[in-house]
Amino acid sequence: MITVENLTKSFQGVNALNGVTLDVEAGTVLGVVGPSGAGKSTLARCVALLERPDSGAIRVDGTDITALDGSALRAARRQIGVVPQGDSLLRQRTAAGNIALPLESAGVPGPQRRTRVGELLDLVGLTDKAAAYPDQLSGGQRQRIAVARALAANPSVLLADEPTSALDPETTGSVLTVLDRARAELGVTVLVVTHDMGVVRKICDDVAVLEQGRVVEHGKVLDLVSDAGSRTSGALLPAVDLNPINESSYDRVADVVLVGFAAVGALLPEASHRFGVELNIVGGGLTRLGETPVARFRLGLNGERSDSALEWISEAGGAVQRSLKGPQGVAA
Amino acid sequence: MRSATPWPDVLSFLVEATGETLYMVGVSTLIATAFGVPLGVWLQLTAKGGLRPNAALHRVLGFITDLGRSMPFIVLLVALTSVTRLIVGGSIGSTAVIVPLAVGAIPFVGRLVQNILSEVHVTVVEAAVTTGASTLRIVRSVLIRESLPALINAIGVTVIALIGYSAMAGVIGGGGLGDLAIREGYQRFNDRVLWSTVAWLAVLTTLIQLGFTRAARASDRRRHASV
Repeated sequence: MITVENLTKSFQGVNALNGVTLDVEAGTVLGVVGPSGAGKSTLARCVALLERPDSGAIRVDGTDITALDGSALRAARRQIGVVPQGDSLLRQRTAAGNIALPLESAGVPGPQRRTRVGELLDLVGLTDKAAAYPDQLSGGQRQRIAVARALAANPSVLLADEPTSALDPETTGSVLTVLDRARAELGVTVLVVTHDMGVVRKICDDVAVLEQGRVVEHGKVLDLVSDAGSRTSGALLPAVDLNPINESSYDRVADVVLVGFAAVGALLPEASHRFGVELNIVGGGLTRLGETPVARFRLGLNGERSDSALEWISEAGGAVQRSLKGPQGVAA
Repeated sequence: MRSATPWPDVLSFLVEATGETLYMVGVSTLIATAFGVPLGVWLQLTAKGGLRPNAALHRVLGFITDLGRSMPFIVLLVALTSVTRLIVGGSIGSTAVIVPLAVGAIPFVGRLVQNILSEVHVTVVEAAVTTGASTLRIVRSVLIRESLPALINAIGVTVIALIGYSAMAGVIGGGGLGDLAIREGYQRFNDRVLWSTVAWLAVLTTLIQLGFTRAARASDRRRHASV
């Protein structure tokens, strides 16, 4: 749906973007994460068509939108709904008036405009706040109105730049829920730029890690968490070695990542049963990525067939990350 | 010592002079707003970080604006005589004063407006840009509407300033309250006229200020107004 190809952008000789390539499938949510100064904001501003890249392309449905001017540029902007970083609502307009702004820009006549604004207020759960002014809304409510505004003109892509940076955890949840609904109910493709891995944890299908203007990791969240060396797994999975264990009491010690209800619930007991090994969870824990339960456990195994049990877990879909103890290590 | 002017005469002096002042100030405020607001918008659009940044044009506009603002009004009043004659067909009287008043107030309003528009937060403006709004729409619906309370206050400030400037209208026979106080009150040692005019000017400017403050507040939709 939206692809970013080899994007570069520099400011006064400093390269903010160094050949960024991304691909977001239609109807999915991509989280772009990275430390401060990685180029996240610049990338967001380029995709929002507020900044022109030095080179490279941004394609929506195959069409490059980086080189447009005048009315073609304005039309392209309507293709991309933007939730800007920070407070962006008109303080002299009601919530409904703010949501109507893109529709006015698009020349949508009054009656249709009101209908559409009503639908969007419903989507973000703020129908009762239609006539409220931004100063009468909480930070989270304002941000939900900003999401509704971004969606008003039926864009195919929704870009959210640090949509939760100024919010407390509880309010963050309500804004993320709204972004998730937008994808689920409107089928919009979402690109969310954030420093908060919690956003990735809650709503992202895909993740791209940006460092020094480069994409250093890009893929499906659930694939990346199974990869022991990935930044994504490090940031999203429970830590395994909080409690030092007595390794000598086990024949084998290994870390394993399990994705999904079936794997988390059944894989370990079955391995224990099949191979007649004693299998203890000695570290790690369970978390949830979107709706999917994901576990990272440190296992301690006792029994002759411990290596076989680990191999079987690996074949059955569990990612056995490393064998901490054992003669030759078990391939993951 | 001649006897003091009778009160009924003082009143009729005041009524006539007030009419002249309101005429001069009112018309020149309208003209100054009509030209000064677009000038302020233009200054802000071409400024660094504006919607249509253009450093060269901005510098030229800024230079002309500041040149106009640095000109003492009394100098403008006499310097513009030939221009005034060209526009209103004469160079004396209340109507003739309107030309230099307006010319002096346009750059004044322009700078005030630019300063006010620059206060609209860049995030808000950029959010409107991303909706695909045209520059004209952003100027109208975002820059001007968001700053409307401050703009109304700025016009109020302009009116008060122009009442001050119009006191010099007497130089070219424009009349008005300032002229009354100077010519009738001060130069003829008519204390009653002088102090009545001073008191009335204080009341008048207070009322005008109050009116603009009220209007600004009425246009403000923010509940926790911080202006």
